[in-house]
Amino acid sequence: MTDLLNVQNLVKRFGDNTVVNDLSFHIAPGECLGVIGPNGAGKTTTLRMCLGLTTPDAGSMTYFGNLRMPHDALAIKSRLGVVAQMDTLDPDFTAEENLLVYGRYFGMKDREIKARIAPLLEFGALTSKAKAKPGELSGGMKRRLSLSRALINHPQMLLLDEPTTGLDPQARHLMWERLQMLMQEGKSILLTTHFMDEAERLCDRLLVLDHGQKIAEGKPRDLISQHLEPDVVEVYGQGALALAAPESALRQHAARVEVSGETVFFYTAEAQPLLMALQHWPHLRSLHRPANLEDLFLKLTGRQIRENA
Amino acid sequence: MMNSHPVIPSVWAPPQLSMRWWPVFLRNLLVWRKLAIPSLVGGIAEPLMWLVAFGYGLGALVGSVNMGGQEVPYILFLASGSICMSAMNSASFEALYSAFSRMHMQKTWDGIMNAPVRLDDVVMAEMLWASYKALFTVTAILGVMLALGISHSWKLILAWPVLWLVGVTFSCIALIFNALAKGYDFFTYYFTLFLTPMMFLSGIYFPRTQLPEWLQVITSYLPLTAAIEVVRPLFLDQWPQHFVGNLCLLVGVAASAFWLALALTRKRFRA
Repeated sequence: MTDLLNVQNLVKRFGDNTVVNDLSFHIAPGECLGVIGPNGAGKTTTLRMCLGLTTPDAGSMTYFGNLRMPHDALAIKSRLGVVAQMDTLDPDFTAEENLLVYGRYFGMKDREIKARIAPLLEFGALTSKAKAKPGELSGGMKRRLSLSRALINHPQMLLLDEPTTGLDPQARHLMWERLQMLMQEGKSILLTTHFMDEAERLCDRLLVLDHGQKIAEGKPRDLISQHLEPDVVEVYGQGALALAAPESALRQHAARVEVSGETVFFYTAEAQPLLMALQHWPHLRSLHRPANLEDLFLKLTGRQIRENA
Repeated sequence: MMNSHPVIPSVWAPPQLSMRWWPVFLRNLLVWRKLAIPSLVGGIAEPLMWLVAFGYGLGALVGSVNMGGQEVPYILFLASGSICMSAMNSASFEALYSAFSRMHMQKTWDGIMNAPVRLDDVVMAEMLWASYKALFTVTAILGVMLALGISHSWKLILAWPVLWLVGVTFSCIALIFNALAKGYDFFTYYFTLFLTPMMFLSGIYFPRTQLPEWLQVITSYLPLTAAIEVVRPLFLDQWPQHFVGNLCLLVGVAASAFWLALALTRKRFRA
């Protein structure tokens, strides 16, 4: 099947700073592709180029097999749904007016839009808020209204920029549930996120960006098994850092040892010998868990806080 | 790659317009409908207070103004000029403060451009919207002036589209400053350095013939002067002398200002 979006060799420079560097990726129908990376990795710039809001310095973006951004921007956008990082809801309008006014931007008839308002509000769990203005809605409700609004034109593909940033756990779970419903309906999704649990839960495939370049790509589970040992033992407490020292005997039990702040991370395929050895330091606290996407992300992009990010 | 170097179109490219400006205009209309009463009161009460205070108050002292041999009651002189100022102010406020709120504070434009609507259409919609507000304000003021019996010339019907054009011209100019603004404070420059001097030098309160000759020459090219030179004779039931020339000036300023505003707005959104 033809890719919904095929991006080839995308480059964007701002002055001397190359923010997106030779980036290629694609999205198949029904697929959810997650773009993860530290702040400043080029995620939002990539999304803006995909929307024709920023013109790339090189590269091509082909939608639906034959439509090219930015040349066919309007034809493409009439088939996309977008939820931006910042809510752009109209503060002066009620929830239903927001949907009505937005539908008109797609050239839809009022009758056609009005028929969609009730189901879309229901989808966003906002039926009781039809007459409420965004100022009266919680953060989660606003995000869901933005998502409902993005669906007004029956889009084939959704572009979501950090859809759950700033939401409480309940609101995030409700958002995830809704996005999963959309994927079951066969919609394709391109989303950026900072939350590894979100990426792991929603995305079929991940693209890890850093400094504008693709540093890894694949299914979440495959990426973890490719790059990491299956088990992690975190050790912290008074004197824990000494265990990471080059002469430490514990090192023989781990394939890789990392230190972050006051915590030592042992990555290993076989945790039992390590856990046994740790019993000699009863005052230290330890946590044994499977390796996850967050470990992968930190391994690939580093643990340091970036000053300029 | 055949297309590995996409051409970045110049910000000076001609406007690419479609009918998609209409839903954006409708959006503004729908918001305004909710606030129409206070907006109407604000838009009309202030110019009318000026008219009453200066027209009747100062008018009693001034008596009449001599215009090319004809004695014109001061209130009629003032009314015919100040209605042009109302069109100017109404359009300017809308295309500065309100448009800036939508563009920068609320990010309404960003939301719109995620739908199939071009920036060019959004700028066009804002321009036409601001000119519509000017038209709405002057229509209400004209109604009150008719009721007060300031002028009853049937030629006022012609003044109406001209006043809309005044709104268009000043909307276009204001959108230039909208495109350049970092915050609301920036608009103070525009008002104090551009609109206020124009208000005093375009012949609203006194005939421009009172000005030094060199200043008369300069001020004759101001868009507000052009507006008043067309509208005032219509109030006096006369035909304007340089009708076509003044209209061309307004249209010319509007077209070039729109082009510049569009280029600067495209530049702003490209970053």
